[in-house]
Amino acid sequence: MVDRPYGRPADTEAGVIRRNVPWLTAGTESSISFSPLQDLRGIITPNGLFFERYHSGRPDVEPDQHKLMIHGMVERPLILSMKDIVRFPSVSRIHFIECPANGGMEWRAAQLNSLQFNHGMISCAEWTGVRLSTLLEEVGIKKEAKWVMVEGADGAHMNRSLPLDKCLDDCLVVYAQNGEALRPEQGYPLRLVVPGWEGNVSIKWLRRIKLGDKPWHSREETSKYTDLMPDGTSRGFTWLIDAKSVITFPCPEKPLHSPGLYEIRGLAWTGNGKVKRVDVSTDGGVNWQSARLHEPVLSKALTRFTLPWRWDGAPALLESRVIDETGYVQPTIAQLRKQRGMNSVYHNNSIQTWQVKPDGSVFDVQLA
Amino acid sequence: MSSWRKRILLVCAAMVAAGSIALAAEPGYYGYGERATPEQIAGWDIDARGEDGVGLPPGRGGVIRGADVYAEQCAACHGTFGEGEGRFPKLVGGAGTLRDDRPELTVGSYWPFAPTLWDYINRAMPMPAPHTLSADDVYALTAYILNLNDIVPNEFVADRESLPKVKMPNRDNFQWIDPRPDTMAKPCMNGCADPARIASTAEGKKLTPRTTGPLDTMQVK
Repeated sequence: MVDRPYGRPADTEAGVIRRNVPWLTAGTESSISFSPLQDLRGIITPNGLFFERYHSGRPDVEPDQHKLMIHGMVERPLILSMKDIVRFPSVSRIHFIECPANGGMEWRAAQLNSLQFNHGMISCAEWTGVRLSTLLEEVGIKKEAKWVMVEGADGAHMNRSLPLDKCLDDCLVVYAQNGEALRPEQGYPLRLVVPGWEGNVSIKWLRRIKLGDKPWHSREETSKYTDLMPDGTSRGFTWLIDAKSVITFPCPEKPLHSPGLYEIRGLAWTGNGKVKRVDVSTDGGVNWQSARLHEPVLSKALTRFTLPWRWDGAPALLESRVIDETGYVQPTIAQLRKQRGMNSVYHNNSIQTWQVKPDGSVFDVQLA
Repeated sequence: MSSWRKRILLVCAAMVAAGSIALAAEPGYYGYGERATPEQIAGWDIDARGEDGVGLPPGRGGVIRGADVYAEQCAACHGTFGEGEGRFPKLVGGAGTLRDDRPELTVGSYWPFAPTLWDYINRAMPMPAPHTLSADDVYALTAYILNLNDIVPNEFVADRESLPKVKMPNRDNFQWIDPRPDTMAKPCMNGCADPARIASTAEGKKLTPRTTGPLDTMQVK
């Protein structure tokens, strides 16, 4: 029974893996891999399948050497070792992390016939660590402080500015993911989790936190992760992940085989808090039915939905539409384009349409 | 008084301090870790702020020196004149293209703040060996890349005084307050839209990567 001291999936599950799009980025040092949502059954992403995004490769960080410095507009600047950090009161929270470029390849048209490649830059885990507010209270926040710069120990020393209020609200400095130490891909030994906000602000390999009176306007929040509008202006500091949902079965990777009764399955999420309702259409958005939401429905976490569907073998256009607890309704791609044009790259949270053909095959399409 | 009782009192005190941030404990309550000394902070503190350049270190560098450093350290990926090799980022050009169908976002056409360029080169470049350039060389590279974009003259010398004064062409075109939600969809349930018309499909585009495993079996028929 100890032939597998660290277990692994059955050999026949070998195709359930992260995948990348080779033509998307210049090299693999600064790239992305996508979670295989078509094979995931719950709201928790297994650690080996959590999507990856690197801005300058994946460093190997020695936990005994790793230190976190907190300084700037604070009363008591501190250096904390990993041993120090795990002594603080611990909390566990389930939250998704989504890259704002998820779906970014589909702004102009349907391009990739895949659930994994069009939606796989989202994953969800139980994170364990210390509340960032606990650490900031420990160093003492000077009253002039309004912004917090967080910085990683990767090759890019990736850094972002965050408003102090968000840091005190729900941010976590975590060392564990789904009950075990963070994976190197996720920032081992220490990362930030900023619930409900675009993934790149959840700095991995967290090495430094600095408090200040203004934002830093780092490269990642000026030349990248800003949204170019049709009039030539850009939006910056667009951190929030708006509500989004997607049908994960059927999908291009998991077609139908013969007419009969199926369960349409999917995932919904929102950076605003909890999912309130998910509607499903089988006729391209003309008529809708509310799906069943499955417990637990957690704030800023993936939520599962299902709807029984008897497929008669006719062509169908499947869509899901989430409404979150603020009343925000997931838009169509046409509604998003009307506001933002086609060059904004990030924050495409539009309704996904899957075309089901009479042979059961499924294709990524966009509707007029 | 036990430390837990003391802590509860502190929490109560914080809760009645209306209008201020509720602090659960006073600074140093846990007492973990070591106080960071000014020397330690100086060794870690690498950032320079984009808008006002606060954090830029002493040192200086001009366009001519920058051209030499660029040829040695940067040109292999970013191209001899900043045009970008392969899919590596283009640093130069794109002026006036931000409203075009295919805009070119470069340092010259897009970046709002010059000190951000110093900060990013210093923290992240060159990608295979970040943090190996001297402050002077980073200033020189910054001057050279701004000069390639016709933003500063040939005689420009970059330092902590001059960089924050450089007005980047796209400086005033950013909105730093998120205007979302910007769509106001209504959750209609029946007869909501005209019968759907497919505007685009991924079918037949051959852009989906071929991969090992089950995905191969779902390739376009």
